[in-house]
Amino acid sequence: MSILQLSGITKRFGPTVALNGVDLEVFPGEVHALVGENGAGKSTLMNILSGALKPDAGTMKFRENAYRPSHPLDAGRQGIVHIHQELSLCPHLSVAENILLGIEPQRRGWVDRAAMRRKAAGTLETFHHPAIRPERRVAELPLAARQIVEICRALARSASLILMDEPTSSLQRADVESLFLFIRKLRESGISVIYISHFLEEVRQIADRFTVLRDGASVAHGKLNDATDEEIITAMVGRPVDRLFPQRRSKPASECVLQVRGLASLPVLRDASFELHRGEVLGIGGLIGSGRTEMIRSLFGVLPASSGEVTVRGRSVAATRLTPQRCIGNGIGYLSEDRRAEGLALNLSIADNTTLTRLGPLSRWGWINLARQAERAAAWIAKLNIKARGAATKAAQLSGGNQQKVAIARLLHQDAEIYLLDEPARGVDVGSKAQIYEVIRNLADAGKAVLMVSSDLPELFGICDRLAVMHRGTLSPVRPVSEWTPRSALQAAVAGESLDPQPRSGLPA
Amino acid sequence: MSTQASGAPPAPAIASKGSALRRSLSALGPFLGLALVIAVFAILSDDPARFLSLANLRTVCAQTVIVALGAIGMTIIIVSGGIDLSVGSVVALASVVTATVLRAHGSPWLALFAGVAVGGLVGFANGLAITTLRVVPFIATLGMLGVARGIAKWVADQQTVNVSPTWLNELAVTIPGRSWMFVAPGVWIAILLALMAALVLRNSVFGRRVFALGSNEAAALACGIHTDRLKICVYSIGGALFGLAGVMQMSRLRQGDPTVAIGVELDVIAAVVIGGGSLSGGEGSILGSMIGALIMAFLRNGCQLMGWPNYIQEIMIGAIIVVAVALDRFRAARLTA
Repeated sequence: MSILQLSGITKRFGPTVALNGVDLEVFPGEVHALVGENGAGKSTLMNILSGALKPDAGTMKFRENAYRPSHPLDAGRQGIVHIHQELSLCPHLSVAENILLGIEPQRRGWVDRAAMRRKAAGTLETFHHPAIRPERRVAELPLAARQIVEICRALARSASLILMDEPTSSLQRADVESLFLFIRKLRESGISVIYISHFLEEVRQIADRFTVLRDGASVAHGKLNDATDEEIITAMVGRPVDRLFPQRRSKPASECVLQVRGLASLPVLRDASFELHRGEVLGIGGLIGSGRTEMIRSLFGVLPASSGEVTVRGRSVAATRLTPQRCIGNGIGYLSEDRRAEGLALNLSIADNTTLTRLGPLSRWGWINLARQAERAAAWIAKLNIKARGAATKAAQLSGGNQQKVAIARLLHQDAEIYLLDEPARGVDVGSKAQIYEVIRNLADAGKAVLMVSSDLPELFGICDRLAVMHRGTLSPVRPVSEWTPRSALQAAVAGESLDPQPRSGLPA
Repeated sequence: MSTQASGAPPAPAIASKGSALRRSLSALGPFLGLALVIAVFAILSDDPARFLSLANLRTVCAQTVIVALGAIGMTIIIVSGGIDLSVGSVVALASVVTATVLRAHGSPWLALFAGVAVGGLVGFANGLAITTLRVVPFIATLGMLGVARGIAKWVADQQTVNVSPTWLNELAVTIPGRSWMFVAPGVWIAILLALMAALVLRNSVFGRRVFALGSNEAAALACGIHTDRLKICVYSIGGALFGLAGVMQMSRLRQGDPTVAIGVELDVIAAVVIGGGSLSGGEGSILGSMIGALIMAFLRNGCQLMGWPNYIQEIMIGAIIVVAVALDRFRAARLTA
């Protein structure tokens, strides 16, 4: 008899279908793993379960009753609580106050401190966490302990189903063990957990059964003991590859323009080494949060590196001394994955945005030649087919795809030799995607070097010459694309390099 | 795997005693600042006995009442993660309303009530603007700074409102009529309200929710707290206290003056911030804010006794605000490191 039963859940956002007929069944006292690639619809499903979104179609039953939460509080009252990836605790308050926030034991408006401490300690003790003392301020607790506090808050509201979205993504190995013990305690007391994770090894340790989501549909489910890693990974991939990608024309030259040795930016990025050659596109795969973005950011000096050595066109520098100014001076260009926060000045015009990094050729004695600037911007608008009224249009008024093209135009205007691109085609329409791919390919063919991070496997296989995969902060060896398969790349991303017998044991603590 | 499950998980290493000591040290910060200010003036002064005399202490207390009352309200607002820039205008409006009611009806009690109520109403309006119009507190109360000042001038017909003496005028005098009181009744009222507010912030459900709101609004909302109602409450209580400060202002000047108390909000915010309040919310204490108000009052008083010009006071107070907050951040950084 199941505690939660979903059938045919469908959710659309405008023209995009986020969920397309999801079935899910969870039993009392089980840990149910929900696995799938980035963008498969896991987060949307969690938001529907926690009452933040309403499904367009499908039925939900929770404890034998129809379940239609009107908002997250309502879901909580019925017994379903969502533990978010970013914790929602009040750092200035004590552990007990956080656990009982909103349901404080009180006497005529005054907090009953003794009862509060007793209740909080009771919840913590039931689940063997006496080390977290109720009167401690949450700001003083380590991250792992905060997560336990947040789960205890759910328990204090007598939750019977807890949704955990990648709870281990920010935890150290020892803390993961401690969290797992805690989850097993929950299971023993009859509480169900839906556990989202990319890591198959982790899922095998903690979960009883699993459901695989792919492209918004549930494509496989069963007991973990009855399924092999192969079967689960096969269910996770298998997306059709579109004809989006341009022909590779260039033969990568042997000249190495960027050599990276032992780059680390703790705690996320642990070890990355590779060589980038003139005329090639080098792809970096891996999951979100695996350290790909940290690698590219520390290469550009935006994120401080903790160690490593970088050789740019024959000149060697300690990675800790990289700064964006120095990188630009060395002919390196960077495209951030977060174009709204970091990539573009949204309130400025296309002309300002495209020419910001290199105003030299457009100015004399510190005065910008506005006509020349507009002319240059107009040229980029035409070249990249940016849909805008003119160079004076503000970046904020453009669609996501066109904004991304403006960000790329700026990079082209900078006229760098080495391009570091973080998710250059994410969140843009298919037409813009194809154009962006073509720009990237043309750069390589013109003898530039491109390093590109992407979550999209077909994209990596479509335009890269060589590929490496990041897993938990460690970069795999670089190999030609022909030596990878989508399956081996995904395997490397979720479980580490298959050649490595114990992928996590070798990491520094 | 299942054999492990019964054992206690590895305990996170948490050193409690040391941090409690450090926290109480950081609470002492404002006290040390106050002691330092008093000591410096006592040393600099040609006549330390006069600066440290009870009579001078009485003067400083009487001068602090308005800022202290405002700082009680402001502490609650700042702890909730808000700010109120309309304090000076509310003080003027309340002083005018109190004087007008006193002149029209002759009842000091009614006048006192009217002054406090008009302050509460302005705070309520601030709360409504912040919650229903979704205007950030800085802007909503900046607007109110103009509106309340304008209404004060309108009500007073752009003149001062003179009143005949009643016990209301005795509230904030330097030397109280009954000598056993030692300081003015207004000072005792401020002390009493400060104690109450400290107790409420520390021990009431309302107070703890105000801290939760300022610490992480999303979390408070997710825990079922009506954050909008709470904010309206916070600004109304703050407003009522600013209204009471306005009554004290009327009492000191013996008239309602619509042009009085310009810029008082800055003194009030400075008192809270010197006392350890954080403008990002979740932090602050009534005791600290009261010490902050006293630090500024002693500075002013000391400069006056030294015969230093007004501009020296202004420069010193400005610098001390920055230094106090910088020291506090430095301490906080060391605490978390």
